[in-house]
Amino acid sequence: MKFPTIKLRKKSKISKELKSFNQSKWIRGFTIAAAAIWVFYAFIVDLLPYSLSDFFQKWFPATTINESLVWVICALGLNIVVGYAGLLDLGFVAFWAIGGYCAGWFMSDFFHQTSIHFGSTAAPEQPGIHLSFWIVLLIGAIICALFGVLIGAPTLRLKSDYLALVTLGFGEIIPQIFYNGENIAGFNLSNGSKGISPVDNVGLFGKTLGPFDLDWKYLIFVCLAALMVFISLRIRSGRLGRAWLAIREDELAASMMGVPLMKSKLAAYAVGAFSGGIGGVAFATHVNGVFADRFSFSISIILLAMVVLGGMGNVWGVIVGALAIAWVNSTGLPAFGETVNNVLGTSINFPSYNFLLFGGILIFMMLYKREGLLPESRLKQILHETDDSTSNIGGH
Amino acid sequence: MLKIENLEVTYGNIKAIKGISLEVNQGEIVTLIGSNGAGKSTTLRTISGILKPKSGSITFNGERIEGVEGHEIVAKGICQSPEGRRIFPKMTVDENLDLGAFLRNDKAEIKRDRQRVLELFPKLQERIDQKAGTMSGGEQQMLAVGRALMGSPKLLLLDEPSMGLAPVLVEMIFETIKKINDQGTTILLVEQNALAALNVADRAYVLESGSIKMSGKARDLISNDEVTKAYLGG
Repeated sequence: MKFPTIKLRKKSKISKELKSFNQSKWIRGFTIAAAAIWVFYAFIVDLLPYSLSDFFQKWFPATTINESLVWVICALGLNIVVGYAGLLDLGFVAFWAIGGYCAGWFMSDFFHQTSIHFGSTAAPEQPGIHLSFWIVLLIGAIICALFGVLIGAPTLRLKSDYLALVTLGFGEIIPQIFYNGENIAGFNLSNGSKGISPVDNVGLFGKTLGPFDLDWKYLIFVCLAALMVFISLRIRSGRLGRAWLAIREDELAASMMGVPLMKSKLAAYAVGAFSGGIGGVAFATHVNGVFADRFSFSISIILLAMVVLGGMGNVWGVIVGALAIAWVNSTGLPAFGETVNNVLGTSINFPSYNFLLFGGILIFMMLYKREGLLPESRLKQILHETDDSTSNIGGH
Repeated sequence: MLKIENLEVTYGNIKAIKGISLEVNQGEIVTLIGSNGAGKSTTLRTISGILKPKSGSITFNGERIEGVEGHEIVAKGICQSPEGRRIFPKMTVDENLDLGAFLRNDKAEIKRDRQRVLELFPKLQERIDQKAGTMSGGEQQMLAVGRALMGSPKLLLLDEPSMGLAPVLVEMIFETIKKINDQGTTILLVEQNALAALNVADRAYVLESGSIKMSGKARDLISNDEVTKAYLGG
């Protein structure tokens, strides 16, 4: 029996080397791509002849790219909940909103009764709480993670469809609280429908980045997205990731292997919410404020569409899905509509048809490519397998 | 090692287990036989924390474990190969075994147990990178038992390991169960295939509609008229 021993060790060693190779490879590729885009927008676009730079202004404006990155951050968070752990979450917008209001509370004049300054770019005589963007990022992420656990603890015992309903409710309740939070027993929590604006500029190495410093903010957002990619891949290959995959496949069997179900699910919720918080704070600095009516149910659905379109469970697929849908939503569709209207002399309101388009895409994907554009290898197999009765004996 | 006293388990209003008591001693193979719906699987599921008992006690190495969460039971050293195998069909054999050792950190020991499992079931070594769901029923059963062994159990619970297998495979599985026991693992075996179970076990309990009808040494029960009539087709 010596032979299999040797064979075994060799194999696992090779696969380990492969894994570490892949991990360093993505960092290099990601950095090169991110840097290329940055150089292009910071320096090259201005040098281009007018017709070309106008093309980029119209079809790929820098602000769209930054906004897409916020979507990527949130979609990666949702991917952990939906793609990794297999828990359907229809209320992710709640975390985005909470993160946004963290920026509103801690980076503006909103609490004008006090004056607390720490590492902020705001002038010291300004009232309100002014903390550094980086600290608020952390605060927003942690508060969201806490809310994730808070909402998860009583609800995660529910089975899939019921869990989805509860998250749906949560995603409606939180924005409504902010929308109506002008006067909660005399306390102004959120400034109601007026929102909180402006928020402080971002400080980076002594620079002060206002709402229009898109190039530098791009760098910050891209780093945050990279952080989420790193967290996703890292957790995925570790013990927690294996626990999530096991839960996704067979909850009962996972528990029999010693996987703590509640703890693992809560962790998925917390990590997902964490990224929602980061996305929320980033988005608030991007649009220079928080506005309650922005946090609608459709955000949750768009995020879900991004995860499904790209390929549930695959980080790269989700990034592609998020970039594609975010682009179509904010620029692609309006620009396309404008072009068509100019050529045909019509006045169709193309952006208003975005949900028709997304609905169409989702139906098309479910019919012809259920695993998404860049599928996770494991999921591809699940979705394309005909009912395998041998593996489901006693599945009650 | 394991002591169950006056255990009652209900599904809603229906009493599935009506106050049974049984005992498993260190190093034994104890089998729980009985027909469909007698409460065999319910008993195992209650031991492994999936079901909560209505009353009664389960003691494992002097510690009360009834009503404890499933993953904590595994941590205490009780691993189960569940009814219907319930392997992770979309994961490879390798990943399945890996999950069996989910709670363990002792890398060297895990490696040794893995080696032991692959020696017990050489078929699994051949299929190591194959998706578990694509294997035959027998191979999946081997994987289910192997995966439970990866938890390095003090007590191994086997729920119907022979279900749906060809006779030659049944024989092979029971031989392996004996081997696992010889290597020092205590086993509680639930079976419908009473003859095969009694042949390999030290002691046996006969379960009928939620109560223990008979118990004793396995070899005595084989020659017992009542048992022969009811379960051995004699």
